[in-house]
Amino acid sequence: MLAYTMRRLLVAIPTMLVIITVAFFMMRFAPGSPFDSERALSPEIREQLNRFYGFDKPIFQQFVDYLVGLGHLQLGPSLIYKDQSVSEIIASGFPVSLSIGLCALVLATCVGVPMGLFAALKQNSAPDYSIMALAMVGICVPSLVVGPILSLVFGVYLGWLPTAGLNLGKMTFETLLLPVVTLSLAQIAIISRLVRSSTVEILRSNFVRTARAKGLSEFQVLSKHALRAALLPLVSYLGPACAALITGSVVVETVFQLPGIGKNFVTSALQRDYPVVMAVVILYAGLIIFLNLMADLAYGLLDPKVKYE
Amino acid sequence: MTLLSTPHENTAILHKAVQGRSLWEDARRRLFRNKAAVTSMFVLGFMTFMAIFGPLFWPHDYETIYNDRVMIAPTLEHLHIFGTDPQGRDLFVRLLFGLRMSLSVGLVATGVSLLIGVIWGATAGYIGGQVDQIMMRIVDVLYALPFIFFVIILMVVFGRNLILIFVAIGAVEWLTMARIVRGQTISLRKREFVEAAEAAGVRRSSIVLRHIVPNVLGPVVVYVTLTIPAVILTESFLSFLGLGVQEPMTSLGNLISIGAREMEIAPWLLIFPAVTMMITLFCFNFIGDGLRDAIDPRDR
Repeated sequence: MLAYTMRRLLVAIPTMLVIITVAFFMMRFAPGSPFDSERALSPEIREQLNRFYGFDKPIFQQFVDYLVGLGHLQLGPSLIYKDQSVSEIIASGFPVSLSIGLCALVLATCVGVPMGLFAALKQNSAPDYSIMALAMVGICVPSLVVGPILSLVFGVYLGWLPTAGLNLGKMTFETLLLPVVTLSLAQIAIISRLVRSSTVEILRSNFVRTARAKGLSEFQVLSKHALRAALLPLVSYLGPACAALITGSVVVETVFQLPGIGKNFVTSALQRDYPVVMAVVILYAGLIIFLNLMADLAYGLLDPKVKYE
Repeated sequence: MTLLSTPHENTAILHKAVQGRSLWEDARRRLFRNKAAVTSMFVLGFMTFMAIFGPLFWPHDYETIYNDRVMIAPTLEHLHIFGTDPQGRDLFVRLLFGLRMSLSVGLVATGVSLLIGVIWGATAGYIGGQVDQIMMRIVDVLYALPFIFFVIILMVVFGRNLILIFVAIGAVEWLTMARIVRGQTISLRKREFVEAAEAAGVRRSSIVLRHIVPNVLGPVVVYVTLTIPAVILTESFLSFLGLGVQEPMTSLGNLISIGAREMEIAPWLLIFPAVTMMITLFCFNFIGDGLRDAIDPRDR
């Protein structure tokens, strides 16, 4: 287990390096520069700016400098927001994105798992069909449609919830409710379908038949034997789910005008704010790698058939 | 050997005289018994037809601006049956163009992912050993990328180039395909007909293309029908963020994002594109589910 973890972490280092390299050179070879603005800068000022930020050095030298900076945990200054460092921008945006993502994940699991289980237990009955139809709706109705409609209905027509933004920069239940619901709908659907199909398969397997044959109550069969095996695919899905939530949060933050990191990323990329873009890519790549590792380890702990050596 | 036939050959098989029912024949029958899937095929066929030929017969053009009819509600006057957009363009014809764009992005990008994924997976699975290890390790590494960010960077870097959208999204979606194909290939590799081909001295590349690839088609076909809606969604994300297709061209995501901005005064601008998109996604998902149940009926 420990050796496996170490090996995975060792693999993560070159992975991160590849990601950093690709992102760095892609951004740098992009046409345009962070100093393009409505007002053209005089060549002298532009030159000074370039020298100040080290953009006059050869590109490879800049890359090495950036890596060295990263090694010292320095993400550099933002090129657009002159009074903020990248760390400050991340520190202000990340908690918003993280709480939306985490809440959505928890909500999706708490709603999706019971729905899937229920559908599987009532397989091929009316409740099963209606739950699966609902799940299909959840998959087919994209968040960019759900978001605006929810904010129109609950924000504008009913006036129950704020339509956009955070109240004085504070996250409250009301401001987060619609974004979280929007983000979690698709995941609820996917999770319930996943749980249903794995449960259906497990309920047909031999060890469940054995458990029933030795006279256990249906509740015991489910809770002691079937559930654990049926939820395994869910564990390995949680890694990709997090990645999907991160992607989705970019849209949700745009729809609801939340000052999260995803929205930051798009504006930064458009403005060529290299350090911010790099930092976000590194942060999310690290997060995804970490979460995938966690999911795999959890899988190993839960599934007696899997042994990591 | 009818077992190896591709879906296109199925119709040919049908017309032959008495013959055992092949795997594909069975699957086809099961698929056509699935009402949701069959309905979806008709609806999707109709929508594709409209998207391709509709604009030819419509009196309005997708970029003609009517300054005197800006954001009017759906009306039969001047045949603006879905109303007009904030620039005063006919929404119906723009919707057809948007649908055309989304469908072609879906098809082309899925094609790209199919090509890369099948070749990558089949090669890794067939050769096995060290090569397999390295190739799948690369897939694992790519899985860890926050892809949407790279696609966003790509769009920003190279401008909103249509071909790039196709390739970028396709390049994102091939990973799962490669994994599925590899798994199938490994189980096929030890089968008799592959061994026979090897014994007969067939080159490795031909074995992969002639024997492995046709036999992994089942799961691949299913995954393709489920990839298309995923690609359409990704494209609409990009368009929604203002990184997708460029004006005056449009896509469903683009129309939805305009609609979302104007929904309080002009709800039809959101409703029609949103409904079109949902119907499209429903159809693809129903067909995909139907195909999965038909080809691999374990779950039912």
